[in-house]
Amino acid sequence: MPETTKMTKDITFHVRRYDPMKDKEPYMQSFQVPVTPGMVVLDGLHHIKENLDPTLALRYSCRMGVCGSCGMLLNGTPTLACNTQILDIATTDLTVAPLPNFHIIKDLVPDLMPMLEKHRAIHPYIHREKPEELNDTTGEHYQTPEQLEHYLQFTYCIKCGCCMAGCPTLATDSEYLGPQPLTQAYRYNADTRDGGRAARNEVTGDTHGAFRCHYAGECSRVCPKGVDPAKAVQLLKRQLVFDYLHLAQKQTPCELLHGPAKGEKMPNIPTAPARTAGV
Amino acid sequence: MADLKRYDNRLGIWGWIGGGRWGIDRYAYALHRITGLGILSYFLMHIIVTSLRAMGIYLWVEGQFFHKPLFRIGEFFVFAAFAFHAFNGIRLFMVEMGFAVGRPIEPVYPYQTSLNVQRPLFIAMMALAAIFFAAGGWEFLQYMAK
Repeated sequence: MPETTKMTKDITFHVRRYDPMKDKEPYMQSFQVPVTPGMVVLDGLHHIKENLDPTLALRYSCRMGVCGSCGMLLNGTPTLACNTQILDIATTDLTVAPLPNFHIIKDLVPDLMPMLEKHRAIHPYIHREKPEELNDTTGEHYQTPEQLEHYLQFTYCIKCGCCMAGCPTLATDSEYLGPQPLTQAYRYNADTRDGGRAARNEVTGDTHGAFRCHYAGECSRVCPKGVDPAKAVQLLKRQLVFDYLHLAQKQTPCELLHGPAKGEKMPNIPTAPARTAGV
Repeated sequence: MADLKRYDNRLGIWGWIGGGRWGIDRYAYALHRITGLGILSYFLMHIIVTSLRAMGIYLWVEGQFFHKPLFRIGEFFVFAAFAFHAFNGIRLFMVEMGFAVGRPIEPVYPYQTSLNVQRPLFIAMMALAAIFFAAGGWEFLQYMAK
C-alpha cells in the first residue's frame, strides 16, 4: 500500500479568551497549530485544548454542520468552525473569536439564550383553530409541493446565531428581534397549514420587529445553510404591509386530509406508505 | 444557581462597518444611515437659518458666509448625500416590498441569495446616483470657477 504523506503547515491561531472569574475584558492569545490539508477550524481548536491549553472553552456537538453549536467569528466572518477548512481561510494566521452581538459566557462560548427567547416569542409552531388537530391528530394536512416550496428554504435554519452576529442593526439595538426569529416567523406564516399569522404580526410588526431591518444583507451572506434570512425578512415586511392595508388575500389554513373511504385501486399502482397519523 | 458574569460582546455603532469582514451591502446600509442623518441635520440648520430672517439677520446677502467657497463645498456634500440617499432609498423600498429578492428556493451549495438577485438593481441605482453626482459636481465646479 503506497504511503501517503500530508504536508504539515504551522498556522498561528489568535484566539480571543475571556474567563468571567478572572478577566475584566477579553484578550487575544496565540497558539501554533500544525495543520494538514482537510483540517477544519474545530480540529485546530481541539489540538489547542488537548495539547496546549486545556482551559480553552468552546461549544460543539455534531462536527458536521448540522447542530449549529460551533458558530464563531473566523477571520472576521461569522461561520461554523466544523465545516470551515483552515487552509481555505488562512495562510499563516487565523483569528478565532466568539460570535459578536451575544454575551460571552467564556472564551468562544456565546450566550444564545436571548436569540432563543426571541425565537420563542414569534410562535415558532403551527397554529390550528382546533388544538386537538396538533395534540391528538387524526390525519395529515393538505399541502402541495408548490406550497411547500414557499417556506422550505427557511426550515433549514440550525439556530447557530451566525446571522444574528452579522446583523449591524442588532449591534446597536439589542431589543431588535433579529434575522433568525424573523425568518422563522415568515417560515410559519408562509405555511398553508398555519393560522397564526395575526398573532405573529403583533410581534414582528412591533417597534423592534421586521421594519428595523434595512437590508445590510449580512445575515444571508454568512448563513452556513443557505437559508437567506434577508429574503425572508423582506417577504415578511411585504406581508405586514399588505395585512396592514387589508390588501392580503384571505387565506384559511388547509384542511385535514381524509383518504378515500371507498373505491378500487387502479392496477399497477404501488401500495401507499403506511399512514403516520390517525391510525 | 448564582448569576454568571458575562461580557457584553455587542459591537455598537462600530458594528455598522467594523468588527468583521463584511459585504458591500453593509457599507451601503451604513452610508444610507450617515447620509440620512446628514440630510436631517442640514434640514434643521436650514430651518434655523431661514428663521433668522425674522430677527433681521440676512446671511445670504452678497459677501456673507453663504457665498464663501467653504459653504459651497458643504452644499455639494449635501447634494451628494441626497443623490445617494434618494436612489439607495428607492432600491430599499423595492427590496423591502419583496419585489427584487426572488422566490424561496432550495438551498444548494454554492448558495444563491437574494443579494445576488437584487445586485443588478443595486448597480443600476448606484449608477444613477453617480450620474447625478457627476452632473451636480460639474454645476458646482462651474459656479466655483466664477
